[in-house]
Amino acid sequence: MEATTKAAKTPLMKSDAAQRILAFAALILLIIVFSVASPNFLKFENLVGILLATAVNGILALGVTFVIITSGIDLSIGTVMSLSAVMTGVFITDMGLPIPIGILGGLLTGTLAGLLNGVIIARLKVPPFIATLGMLNVAKGLALVLSHLKPIYFNDTPGFNQLVMSSLIGSIIPGADVPNAVLIMFGAAILAAFILNKTLLGRYTFALGSNEEATRLSGVNVNKWKIIVYGLCGFFSGLAGVVIAARLNSAQPALGQGYELDAIAAAVIGGVSLSGGEGTILGTIIGAFIISVLSNGLRILSVPQEWQTVVTGAIVILAVYLDIARRRK
Amino acid sequence: MADVVLKMENITKAFPGVQALDGAQLELLRGEVHALVGENGAGKSTLMKVLAGVYAKDSGRIVLKGKEVEIPSPRAAQDLGICMIHQELNLMPHLTIAQNVFIGREPRGKLGVTLDEKAINEQTVQILDMLHLKLDPRTRVGSLTVAKQQMVEIAKALSFNSSILIMDEPTAALTESEIEELFRVCRHLRDEGTAVVHISHRLEEIKQITDRVTVMRDGKYVDTVLTKDTSIDRIISMMVGRTIFESAPEVPERPSEEIVLEAKHITRGNALKDVSFQLKKGEILGFSGLVGAGRTETARAIFGADTVDSGEVFVKGKKVAIHSPTDAVKYGIAYLSEDRKRYGLTLGMDVETNTVLASFDKFLGALGTINESKTKEIANTYVKALAIKTPSIKQKAKNLSGGNQQKIIIGKWLTADTDILIFDEPTRGIDVGAKSEIYKLLNDLAKQGKSIIMISSELPEVLRMSHRVIVMCEGRITGQLTAGEANQEKIMTLATQRS
Repeated sequence: MEATTKAAKTPLMKSDAAQRILAFAALILLIIVFSVASPNFLKFENLVGILLATAVNGILALGVTFVIITSGIDLSIGTVMSLSAVMTGVFITDMGLPIPIGILGGLLTGTLAGLLNGVIIARLKVPPFIATLGMLNVAKGLALVLSHLKPIYFNDTPGFNQLVMSSLIGSIIPGADVPNAVLIMFGAAILAAFILNKTLLGRYTFALGSNEEATRLSGVNVNKWKIIVYGLCGFFSGLAGVVIAARLNSAQPALGQGYELDAIAAAVIGGVSLSGGEGTILGTIIGAFIISVLSNGLRILSVPQEWQTVVTGAIVILAVYLDIARRRK
Repeated sequence: MADVVLKMENITKAFPGVQALDGAQLELLRGEVHALVGENGAGKSTLMKVLAGVYAKDSGRIVLKGKEVEIPSPRAAQDLGICMIHQELNLMPHLTIAQNVFIGREPRGKLGVTLDEKAINEQTVQILDMLHLKLDPRTRVGSLTVAKQQMVEIAKALSFNSSILIMDEPTAALTESEIEELFRVCRHLRDEGTAVVHISHRLEEIKQITDRVTVMRDGKYVDTVLTKDTSIDRIISMMVGRTIFESAPEVPERPSEEIVLEAKHITRGNALKDVSFQLKKGEILGFSGLVGAGRTETARAIFGADTVDSGEVFVKGKKVAIHSPTDAVKYGIAYLSEDRKRYGLTLGMDVETNTVLASFDKFLGALGTINESKTKEIANTYVKALAIKTPSIKQKAKNLSGGNQQKIIIGKWLTADTDILIFDEPTRGIDVGAKSEIYKLLNDLAKQGKSIIMISSELPEVLRMSHRVIVMCEGRITGQLTAGEANQEKIMTLATQRS
C-alpha cells in the first residue's frame, strides 16, 4: 500500500511542487499580511466567510483542473453552473419535486452540458476554447429562458437552504459553525483527488495532456476519455450550481458569468499547467483560497471592488508567467 | 520454408501530393529479424504504420497467420499482436515508466475502480530486468535521457508479448553499448518466435542483426534477400536503383575564398557545445549527423530563433547581434525549415502572396497599399526562374506538390534579397523526381554566389551536393571534410563519435 501511494504521487509531486509550495507560501503570507493590517481579518466570522466564499469557486476549479490537465479549457463552467442552479429551481420550486430529485437534476444538467462540450471537442474537433465559449452562451441563454429572467426562490422548501448552510460541524463541536457548503467542497476535493490519482480516468487525464498522440497510438480511445473528462468537469459545475442555489436560497440565472475565470485562475495559481500534463487537486484548492483570501482581505481594507478585480487579474498573469518561466528552463 | 506469419501484398497509400506506397509488399517469418531498408521517402515507415494501424491503406491485402485482416486502429494492431516502436518517441513525459509501459492496459485493484500501481511497478521491474536496466519504474519518463526513453519504448513493446515487433530506426539515438543491449533483446525475441522488423539506415547493423532484408524504393517493393547472401554494396545499389542525381551536375566548382558567415564558439545548454564554422561565398556546406546531433539547433541559433548562452556570429567579416529571425533576415540570412507546412508557407494563401510574404515593405505604395502589379511581376518572375509548376500565381500553396512548395519558399527568400540560405532537409518528403530539380536549383544558387548551408540526413545527398561537410554529434562539431575526403564511412564514424 505504501509503495502504491508513492508511485501514484511521483508524477504529480516533482515538477509542479515548486509552484505549489510557492502558492502555499503566498497564501500564508497573505493571511499574515491581512491579519496584521486588520484586527477583523482573523475573527471567526470572517474566516467562515472566506471558507464559504471559496466553496463555490473551489468546486468549479476542481472540475476545470481535469480539463486543463488534458491541455484543454472550459469557459462554460460559470454559466453551466447557473443553468444547473436554475434547473434545480425548476425541479424543486416550479415542479414541486422532492429536494433530492432537484439536486440530482442540477447535477445531471451540469454533467450533460459537460458531455456535450466533450463530444463537440473530441468528435467534431472544435477547439476547446471555441466550443466552450459557445456553450457559455448557450447555457447563459437557457438559464434566462427557463427562469423567465427572474430568480427562482426556494422559500417553500427551507430544507434545501439548510442542507448547505446549517452546520454539521457546529452540531458536533458547539460554536464551530462552519456551514456544510464548506464540507461539501472538501468532500468534492477528496473525490476529485481520488479520481485524479487513483483511477483510470485520472491516469488518462494526465496521459492526454502529456502526449495525446502517443496516448492514441497506445490504443487508448482518446475521444471517449476526453468526453468523460469534460463530463466530469460539467458534473462539478452542476454541483457548484446546486450549492450556490441552496446558499442564496434562490437560483440566480444571470449570476454565473465570470466565475469560470476565477476557477481557471485558482487552478493555474495552484500549479495546473495550461500546456497540460501537470496539476494537483491540493494545488487547485490552495489557488482557490488565495483568490478568496485576497478579495476578502482587500475588502476588509476597504479597497473598492473594482480594484480587487484588477489585483486578481494581475495575479493570474503572474502565476501563468511563473509557470512558463519554470518550463523554459 | 518456415512459418509465414505475415504477408502484405500490393499495398498502396497516397498522401496529398505524394504516392507514398505503390504496390509495396512484405513477408515475415516466425522467428526472424527482418530488415526493411530504403532511402528516406522510400515508404518504409508508411508501410509499417499501415501494419500498425496508424494509417489506413488505400488498397492491398494484409494476411496474418493465413487470415486476411483489416487493421483500422493502433488498438486493433495490438490485439492482433502487432506492436510498433515509432521513430519519434511516443511516450507521456509526465507519467512514470511503469505508467507508460501499461498505458491503455492498466490492471485494476480488487473493486475494479482503483489502479493497481503495485502490479504495474512489479511487472515493469521484471521487463526492465530482462533489458538489464536498473531503473525505478516510478521514475518520470520526462526526466530520462533520450536513450533511456527509447528503452522504455522497447520495454513497452516487450510487455505485449507481440508476435510482430516493428522498430523504426531504434538505434538512431543509442550508444554502442545500448545498441548491443537492444540487439541482445532482439535475438532473444527472435529465438522465442517473434518476427522483428528492423528499419534502419545503418547498413552495417543490418548485416549484424538481421536474417533477411527487404528493400523498398519510391514506395515500391524491390526485393527480399537473405542477409548472409548479400553485401552492403548490393543493398545500397538496390536502394538507390537509378541514381537520383543523374540530372544534377558534378560536384560544383570551387567557391571563392570570401567568408560570408562565421560562427564562433556557439553554446546553448546541452544542445550546442562550442560550435564554430565558416561559410564561403558560393559554397554549399553540408551538415551531417544523426537525429538530435544539433544541426537544426545550430541553424536556429544562427537564425536567431533560439537564444544562445554564448558565441559570436560574423556576417561578411562584421560581428553581428542576431536576436531574432527579423535581425537574421536583415543581415541576409534565410532559414528554410524541414517542416515546410508549418514554418515555411502560409498554405492557404496563393503563390504570389507567399513569394512576397517576407518582403512586403518593398512593394508598398505611397499610402501603405500593396503595389499588386509589382508583386505579380516578381511572383511570375520566380515561377518562371524556379520552374514552379502551378496553373497560375493565384493557386493556393497547399494545392501544390512538396517540391513546388519548396521552390516557392526559395522564391520567397530570394525576393527578400537574402544571400545566405540555410536549408534544413531540403528534400524531405519530396518526390524523387522533384528532388533532382531541387538539387539543380541549389547548385544554380551557389553558382550565382549565394551561400548555402544544407542540413541533411541523407548521406548520398550530402556527399553529392556539398563542397565541404561538417559532421555533428551530441551538439559538437566532430569533423569537417572536403568533398574529396568525405565518404559514407568517414561521416558515420564522425557522427557517432560520442564524448
